[in-house]
Amino acid sequence: MTRVNDFAFKIATANGTGSASANGLIMQAIFRMGVPVTGKNVFPSNIQGLPTWYEIRVSKDGYTARTPYFDLMVALNAATYAKDVAEVRSGGYLMFDSSWPLDESLKRPDVTYLGVPLAEMCNATFKGVRERILMKNIAYAGALAGLIGMDPDVIAALTKEKYAAKKALLDSNEKAIALGYDYVRTHFPCPLPIHLEKMDATRDSILIDGNTAAALGAVYAGATVGAWYPITPATSVMEAFKSFCMKYRRDPETKKKKFAILQAEDELAALGMVIGASWAGARAFTPTSGPGISLMNEFIGLAYYAEVPAVIVDVQRTGPSTGMPTRTQQGDLMMCAYASHGDTRHVCLYPSDPREAFEMAAKAFDLAERFQTPVFLVSDLDIGMNDWMVPKLAWDDAYRPDRGKVLSAGELEQARSFYRYLDIDGDGIPQRTLPGVHPMGAYFTRGSGHNKYGGYTEDADEYQEVLDRIARKVQGAARAVPQPVIRKTPGATMGLVTVGGCHAACMEAMDLLAKDGIALDYLRVRGFPFGDEVRQFLEQHEVNFIVEQNRDAQLRSMLMLDTGVPVEKLESVRYYAGFPMSAHHVISGVKAKLEKAA
Amino acid sequence: MTYITKPTVHHPSLKKNALGLTRRDYEGAITTLCAGCGHDSITAAIIHAFWEMDIAPHKVAKLSGIGCSSKTPAYFLREAHGFNSVHGRMPAVATGANAANGDLIMIGVSGDGDSLSIGLGQLCHAIRRNVNMLYVLENNGVYGLTKGQFSASADPGTTSKKGEANTMEAIDGALLALTLGATFVARSFSGDKDQLVPIIQAGIAHRGFAFVDVISPCVTFNDHEGSTKSYAYTREHAVEVVHADFVPLREPIETTYAEGTVQRVTLHDGSVVKLRKVDKDYDATNRDAAYAAIRDHQRKGEVMTGLLYLSPDSKDVHDQNETVAGSLVSLPHDQLCPGNDALQKLQQQFR
Repeated sequence: MTRVNDFAFKIATANGTGSASANGLIMQAIFRMGVPVTGKNVFPSNIQGLPTWYEIRVSKDGYTARTPYFDLMVALNAATYAKDVAEVRSGGYLMFDSSWPLDESLKRPDVTYLGVPLAEMCNATFKGVRERILMKNIAYAGALAGLIGMDPDVIAALTKEKYAAKKALLDSNEKAIALGYDYVRTHFPCPLPIHLEKMDATRDSILIDGNTAAALGAVYAGATVGAWYPITPATSVMEAFKSFCMKYRRDPETKKKKFAILQAEDELAALGMVIGASWAGARAFTPTSGPGISLMNEFIGLAYYAEVPAVIVDVQRTGPSTGMPTRTQQGDLMMCAYASHGDTRHVCLYPSDPREAFEMAAKAFDLAERFQTPVFLVSDLDIGMNDWMVPKLAWDDAYRPDRGKVLSAGELEQARSFYRYLDIDGDGIPQRTLPGVHPMGAYFTRGSGHNKYGGYTEDADEYQEVLDRIARKVQGAARAVPQPVIRKTPGATMGLVTVGGCHAACMEAMDLLAKDGIALDYLRVRGFPFGDEVRQFLEQHEVNFIVEQNRDAQLRSMLMLDTGVPVEKLESVRYYAGFPMSAHHVISGVKAKLEKAA
Repeated sequence: MTYITKPTVHHPSLKKNALGLTRRDYEGAITTLCAGCGHDSITAAIIHAFWEMDIAPHKVAKLSGIGCSSKTPAYFLREAHGFNSVHGRMPAVATGANAANGDLIMIGVSGDGDSLSIGLGQLCHAIRRNVNMLYVLENNGVYGLTKGQFSASADPGTTSKKGEANTMEAIDGALLALTLGATFVARSFSGDKDQLVPIIQAGIAHRGFAFVDVISPCVTFNDHEGSTKSYAYTREHAVEVVHADFVPLREPIETTYAEGTVQRVTLHDGSVVKLRKVDKDYDATNRDAAYAAIRDHQRKGEVMTGLLYLSPDSKDVHDQNETVAGSLVSLPHDQLCPGNDALQKLQQQFR
């Protein structure tokens, strides 16, 4: 069956062999042909030698969610042959390195096998072990190009751009691509029935991962201090921040830096540094993942209670404990919302793709400073580390940072008094001063009991007065966080509610469910605390399917706690085994609930 | 922490510094520590040091962790921003504040539990980074606020108030700092203001992490016979090997001591530390010699005091980072945000 611009393939290799550049080349080539494409990197927590996969989905309809149905498997890792063969859709194809014979037990009658002697060809063409291994990857990219009909001109242009400054590498790459491309064109009917044709659907888009986008958001919002401890899958946030700062934030003459990046001794220290920097008046942030948030809990409570801004980017991975560090999950929803001992409640922002990661990263700094409290950008590994096709990013040059109620030296000079924790205008947000500015602004920041004047207290009423005001302040943020995305379907009486990266799977699932006559209204929460719109949506629908990626239905719990909507109205649909959610998870989950109710 | 507000009325005859401020202007709230606490003497030395150096109090940021010692920033420099953070984590907060605004004059006050147990890691890394701050470790060998447990600086054989003996080795803050590459290491005694004030001043002027371990007896839980951190023990066993005299930039440097026993070290701001040496062969710019000398005195049951080590070429966090001069906080947004044109251009590489 011919399928144009609507199929998925998967490349199985061992990590540390250089397959990433080949996979990147394939992604970019498809994108430049104007065809919507997404890639999911399924990698081990390891540097060299363990199985790794790269999944590419081509979708003329623009669906970006992961699909577990593969039309073509590029099986180049003998260690995973059996698993990889099993994953091919019936009627699909499997390309393998025919330099060695494939065991008969791996043959499936419903799959077409395409043997390409990649190692043999590369050994004959290239010298040295390293180049032979690297070029074998480029050669499979060439073979794929032939099989699925990539435009050779696009590939040639991409290769030239990439190796413009390295002539020797350019020659090797061009040679390797030709090896694969020419071989499949000679030996198989190319292109296969599943293939690409040029479109014009990517003109206004980019391919970007969410960690890069979040780092860019931090740069644009004016963050000057970044503190961090390396952790998968958040590491590339700070790496990207550093490279953007080196590009945009150095004095043109002296090359001195207008930023400071502190690689801390652990996540505790990283957040401590952010709190110190924010207290001193800088925009500061720390990127981390769940284990880091666990360690930061004490400091999160300090920032909440002492009312110090802090931006924390949580690129979630699977938990509990070390979990699977290179797999995705939404397992930190509740921890971020209620982190630290005592009564706390935190402002959270939930991006669904890299574009929102960019916008919300910038927004997080405004909210942290306006509300003088920690703000979490709750991303995940899928959003953070995979390449997504999203509309181009834009920045409003009229933007000015919202520094909140920070008093200047002039304002302090005029002031007759200044009390750090006094609510002067009823919004629950007190005035703030920075060290080094004016003697009138001095106050004592403390995580111990304090009254509204900033003094230490063990007085019951004084203590409670401050704690209640902070609760009011944070509730006020419900109106300032990004509002939910709502999509209504005529005649729908049921709702589909989700968060973050599940968006892509839900969009696709709703289209498919509609074809089965199941009409749903849609709501995606984008910020916490949840506002009235969320509560009203839940109340308006007979039943709401709450779609999320964790075992314990954390989003559903938060919706119950925050909106008071009874649990009977909230049916949980979950997938949490580590891969990004697919439409079929949503569809089967919704259908199972409906069948049970019927 | 608990405190009682102090009246700010001054006697007109009080001596004024170059800013026209009296020592009273450098005070804070009234202490709530036990009467006779060594920490209060250190507070007095800090007040004196800042006043004498003509530093405007609001240019200072004072930070601490948790514990008796960490209460003390409330008791000095009321016009400075204070930050009583969480237990053992003051170094990280200070590092961040310093990264944001390198113009702040920073003092951190900590204790032996805060620095050598729960916060040992943070202290080590602040030393490694050479954060530009004065770090005062008020060292009494016990946990005071929780009523007398041994801390990590309690010497082996020390007995608690209840008579229980400590069996574990002590962590010596000065030796630790030397090992980690500290650029300024001093030890003093809370009861020796003449020695402590110039050390604090040199520490403030030093560009980098100035580690000052101050033996500060706990009158309530660790001032008995059997304690090596008591007033009596320290007075008897403290040996001053190097006395620091701090000479601010504006004052002429007069040699008041015989040549050959004075070692001069010029700090980054031009001020000078004169080290008057009791032991003629002691070289305070030699890390290995300092380490060996401290160990030698320890073997003899003595506590070596003074400015023990000072690196003449200290590079702080901002020197290492190559940060622009001044404070990152004061940079205008248009210098930080590349703008939409740059964003559109950048995105060519994402296609």
